[in-house]
Amino acid sequence: MASEDASLSIAPTRPVPWRDPKIRAIAYQIAFVAVVAGFIAFLVHNTLANIGRQNIATGWGFLDREAAFGIGESLISYSPADTYARAFLVGLTNTLHVAVLGIIFATILGTLMGLARLSSNWLVRKLAQVYVETFRNIPLLLQLFFWWGLLNKMAPGPRQAWEILPGVFVSNRGIVYPVPVASPAYKWVGLAFVIGIVLSFIAKKWATRRQMATGQQLPTGWIALGLIVGLPAIAFMVAGAPLALDVPALKGFNFAGGDAMSPEFAALLIGLVVYTGTFIAEIVRAGILAVAWGQSEAAMALGLRGGQRMRLVVLPQALRVIIPPMTSQYLAITKNSSLAVAIGFPDLVSIANTTMNQTGQAIEGIVMIMTVYLFISLAISLGMNLYNRAVALVER
Amino acid sequence: MRTLIAGRWAALAIAVALMTGLGTARPAQAGPTLDKAKQAGGFSCGVQTGLVGFAQPDSSGVYSGFNVDICKALSAAIFGDPGKVKFVPLTAQQRFTALQSGEVDILSNNTTWTLQRDTELGLNFAPVVFFDGQGFMVAKKLGVKSAKELNGATVCVSPGTTTELNLADYFRANKMEYKPVVIEKLDEVVSAFFDGRCDVYTTDSSGLAAVRVSRASNPDDYLILPERISKEPLAPAIRQGDEQWHDIVDWVIYALMQAEESGITKANVDDMMKSDDPSIKRLLGVTPGMGKNLGLDDNWAYNAIKMVGNYGEIFDRNLGAGSTLKLDRGLNALWTKGGLIYPMPIR
Repeated sequence: MASEDASLSIAPTRPVPWRDPKIRAIAYQIAFVAVVAGFIAFLVHNTLANIGRQNIATGWGFLDREAAFGIGESLISYSPADTYARAFLVGLTNTLHVAVLGIIFATILGTLMGLARLSSNWLVRKLAQVYVETFRNIPLLLQLFFWWGLLNKMAPGPRQAWEILPGVFVSNRGIVYPVPVASPAYKWVGLAFVIGIVLSFIAKKWATRRQMATGQQLPTGWIALGLIVGLPAIAFMVAGAPLALDVPALKGFNFAGGDAMSPEFAALLIGLVVYTGTFIAEIVRAGILAVAWGQSEAAMALGLRGGQRMRLVVLPQALRVIIPPMTSQYLAITKNSSLAVAIGFPDLVSIANTTMNQTGQAIEGIVMIMTVYLFISLAISLGMNLYNRAVALVER
Repeated sequence: MRTLIAGRWAALAIAVALMTGLGTARPAQAGPTLDKAKQAGGFSCGVQTGLVGFAQPDSSGVYSGFNVDICKALSAAIFGDPGKVKFVPLTAQQRFTALQSGEVDILSNNTTWTLQRDTELGLNFAPVVFFDGQGFMVAKKLGVKSAKELNGATVCVSPGTTTELNLADYFRANKMEYKPVVIEKLDEVVSAFFDGRCDVYTTDSSGLAAVRVSRASNPDDYLILPERISKEPLAPAIRQGDEQWHDIVDWVIYALMQAEESGITKANVDDMMKSDDPSIKRLLGVTPGMGKNLGLDDNWAYNAIKMVGNYGEIFDRNLGAGSTLKLDRGLNALWTKGGLIYPMPIR
C-alpha cells in the first residue's frame, strides 16, 4: 500500500486542460488566428457592403479601358490611346528606372564617402562628415523640392539653354545629350561586354584554382579589365566604328534629337542618391571599423600588400556587417521614390493616383500600389539575402 | 507641405475608411445627409485649395469665392445662417474619394459633369453653376497665336481632371505631340508654368484668367489662346442615394437663379416679400409649401438670397465686374439674356 501511494505521488499527473501549457499554447494560437481571420473577413465584407451601397464601380475591368491621359516620360512606348494596364506598366518601369539607377549611384557615392570619412587626410575626412551630417538630417521631401526648384528656376528656357559640353544642353526642360545613331554595331558591342564579364569570372576561378595548386598568381584584375573593355572595343572596331551622333538641336518649343533627362527625373535621382548616400556612407564606415585592427596587423605579418589586405582580409569581413543594413537602404530608395508625386515625376504612385481619380476605383489602385511595392521589396530582399549568405561567415 | 503629405495618403486613408466603415456606414434612407447635418449643426463643403474668384482662403484661413458662396447659400437655406458650413480644401485627386467616404457632404469645386463620373463614382450632380471651356495660356514672347501651333510643346496640367484628358484628346485629334508635366498641387503646377518649366498651362478658361491675374508677375506677358477645346459644365456634386439632399442642393441653386430672373436681390428681398407676383410669393415662402417639400423651413430661399445674394450678385462679386477677374457673363448669363442659366420653375 505504501509503495502504491509513493508511486502515485511521484507519477507525473496530467494537469487539467486549462492549466496544461501545451494545450493552452495551441488554444492561444487558434484564438489568435481566428481573430486575425475574423478581422480580415470583417474588413472585406464591410468594404464590399460600403462600396455596394454607394454605387461605386468595382473590379479590375478598368485595366482594359483606354487611359486617355498623357504621360510625360516613359521607357516603353505609350500613347493616350493605350490601356490603363499599359499606363501602370509605364509607372512601374519609371519607378524601377529611378530605383535601379538610385541604388547604383547611391552605393558608389556612399562607399566613396564612407571611405573618405576614414581618410587620414583632415580635409577629406571633414568634408565627408559635413556631407553626411547635412544631407542625412534634412527631410528627403524638402531636398527633392530643393533640387527640382534649382533645376527649374536656375536653368534658362530651352532657347537660351546652356551648352555645358558640345551637344549637351541644360535648360529647364532638362538635360539633353547626344546619343549615337542606332546601329547594329552596338548590339555586338553589348554582346561582347557581356561575354567579357562572363570570361573574367571564368578566368578568376581558373586563376584561383591554379594558385591553390601551384602557388603562382595571375594579375586577374588586369585580365578582367582587358576582357571587359577590350572585347567590346574590338567588336566596335570590327563593326566599322560607326561614330555618327544624334545631336540635339532646337526645334520649335524644345530640343529634338538626342536623349533627355527631365528636371523631375534628375531632381528625384539626385535627391535619392544624395540622401541615401549619407546612410550608406555610415554603414560602410561602420563595417570597416567593425573589423578589428588586429586583422590588418595579422595580414601585414603575412606580408600582404595594402590592396590585398583590403581585398582579401578586411573587406570580406566588413561586408558581413555591411550587407544587412545595406538591404534596408536599397528598400528605402525604392519606396522613397514614391515621393516623385510631389515634383511631378510619373512614377507608379503618380499614375495610380491619376487612374484612381479618373476611374474612381481607389481600393483597386491602392491594392495595386501596395502589391507592386511589396513584390519589388521582396525581390530586393531576396537578392540581398542570397548575397548575404554568400559573404556570411561560414563556421566550420 | 503638410497638405501635400496629407494629399499623398488621402486615397489610402479613404480606402481604409471604406474598409472599416468609419465613413458613412449608414444604410441608404430618406435624407441621411440632412439628418446628419442637422444633428451636427452644420455640413462640410469641399472646395479648391486656392483659386482666385472661386475659392480662396484669406490670411486668417477664411474662404471666399463663387464656389464658397454656393455652399454658404445652402447653409443659409438649411440653417438660416450662412456660417454653418465647414470648408475643406481638396486637390483634384482627393475630391471624389473625400465625397464618397463622407469627409465632405458636397463638392463645390469646379467639377466637370461627365457621364463617367455620374455613373461610376457613386456621385450625382446638381445643376451647372458655371459653364466653362478649356483653354491654353502661353507666354507672349513665344509668339504663338493659336492652339494649333502647339506641336511639341511642354504642357503643365493638374492630374485627375477632365482637363488632363481633353488635353490628350485635343493633341491626338490634331496629330500633334506634347509633353505633360503633371503636378498635384495647384500652387506647384502654376509656379512651374510661370518659372518656364512649361510652354503652356491648360485648365478651364476661367481658371486661366484667375491664375493670370493673381499669379503672373506681369499679366500682360501672358496670352490666353482663343480656342476652347472642350465643354466644361461645372456643377456641385453630392453622393448618390440621398434624394432629399440632392433635391435641396438642386433647388437652392435654382432659387438663386430664379431670384436673379425675378429681380430679387440681397438688398430688395424684404420689399419683395410684399410683392403680389404669385411666383415670387411662392419662392420667398409668403405662400407656404415649397420649403416643406424639401424638408426645410418655408423661408429657405429668402434666407439664401438675403444672406448671400442672387446668382448674378454672387457671380459679379466673385468673378464678374465687381472682382479682379472681370469675367464676362457669356454663357453664364440668364437664358432671358442669351445665356444658359435657366432655373426650373419653383412651384
